[in-house]
Amino acid sequence: MVHQYKLNGYNIVLDVYSGSVHCVDDVAYDIIQLFCTEEKPAIVEKIMEKYGDRDDVTKAEVEAVIEDVEALKAAGKLFTGDVFEPKAMELKERHTEIKALCLHVAHTCNLNCSYCFASQGHFNGTDGLMSLETGKRAIDFLIENSGNRHNLEVDFFGGEPLMNWDVVKDIVRYARSIEKAHDKNFRFTLTTNGVGIDDDVIDFANREMHNVVLSLDGRKEVHDRLRRFTDGSGSYDVIVPKFKKLVESRGGKGYYMRGTYTHNNVDFTNDIFHMADLGFTELSMEPVVCSPDDPFALTEEDLPKLFEQYEILAKEMIKRKKEGRGFTFYHYMIDLTHGPCIYKRISGCGSGTEYFAVTPWGDLYPCHQFVGDESYRMGDIWQGVTNEEKRQEFKLCNVYAREECRDCWARLYCSGGCAANAYHATGDIRGVYEYGCELFKKRMECAIMIQVAESMEKAEEDAR
Amino acid sequence: MKRITTIETRDLKKSMEKGGCGECQTSCQSACKTSCGVANQECENKN
Repeated sequence: MVHQYKLNGYNIVLDVYSGSVHCVDDVAYDIIQLFCTEEKPAIVEKIMEKYGDRDDVTKAEVEAVIEDVEALKAAGKLFTGDVFEPKAMELKERHTEIKALCLHVAHTCNLNCSYCFASQGHFNGTDGLMSLETGKRAIDFLIENSGNRHNLEVDFFGGEPLMNWDVVKDIVRYARSIEKAHDKNFRFTLTTNGVGIDDDVIDFANREMHNVVLSLDGRKEVHDRLRRFTDGSGSYDVIVPKFKKLVESRGGKGYYMRGTYTHNNVDFTNDIFHMADLGFTELSMEPVVCSPDDPFALTEEDLPKLFEQYEILAKEMIKRKKEGRGFTFYHYMIDLTHGPCIYKRISGCGSGTEYFAVTPWGDLYPCHQFVGDESYRMGDIWQGVTNEEKRQEFKLCNVYAREECRDCWARLYCSGGCAANAYHATGDIRGVYEYGCELFKKRMECAIMIQVAESMEKAEEDAR
Repeated sequence: MKRITTIETRDLKKSMEKGGCGECQTSCQSACKTSCGVANQECENKN
């Protein structure tokens, strides 16, 4: 399968199953488009009809390009077939270990954000804090179920995890005290709204947290519209200085400023640029997850505007990088040479199989977005996963599970997408959240274009 | 090739041979938490 598109002056051809990316001129672009449906003489005729008045396009030249396309096909870099499908189930059967937990250490929050998918932190249930005993048991549970996986991930999530900070620190200390004996390496992440950040949090997080995810929606007026304290006041002025201090003292360790955009700010690139202008360089901005009835829900009419925004973002990132003030955007991070192997690409996100969310009371859910939905309670950290029916459902949730994805060029980049989004949009974890797909495909086109642009510019420099 | 430039990429078919160690990050764990993909995941396998 081949996907072709034009963006920012580049003609890009993706060969889906080999992962190859080609940058081509208009003539080659059209030849590749015709290659599978037309015989060679017909291709030559059509190309000459369109480009024959150009000095650089001759019949011999067109035939030479067709030979190039044939050579790429023979080399397995163009028009390759899918040889991976039989491996999809094999892989799911092979890896049954758990390697990541999202610990909901606090089902409560000190903000009252209108769009919170966790219903202001309590996930449509009661408020609660995780006890140290439960947290330690979660760490033991992860080690016990991780087989020979070395790297284990634990995200401190909420609600707002800093509302149970002492327990977070003690859970980290406990995990560190036993990791070597079990030949494990814990990577901790803290996801926070920033309100509770103080020097102690900064010191501990910068020492122990592999990554911190800091929630900021961008411009003050955008952020404060939805991210408010319970008294209705905005949180921007409180958190931005704290985020700056934390990031400045982080010493190069990983972090993300993570925003959410909604129908209220479809011009979200201005929020990303605002974060960059504040001095932050590791940025992420996500479409809101909410009911279509919510006033801030993204609409069909928003979609073309959002596409345009992603293009603006990509072009601006190329420009700023050249100016020496570049920044990273999470969804445009794509490493074409050392990115994920094919197993990762076909096996899905891992929710409900290798990744679980743990509630303050030790209940297991397939991921943080299922917490609070009783039908998706998978078991608990003492008894393990007992809901075998649901576990099997998630095992089958790979890139080949959805008929709608069969002809999609992006499926080896998304791996079937988010089960929770699919469930909330269609009632089935193997459904398809089409709106999310459209945004994802646009982001991938932009991400690959950036790689192509950089590669082509480097080649030009080298040639000089 | 005059009109086609092939960008260097990881050969997905070859990645079947040494891939699948499972040490990489869980897709949703890092920054998004809502709209996961795998394209931006780093490979941990240095072999």
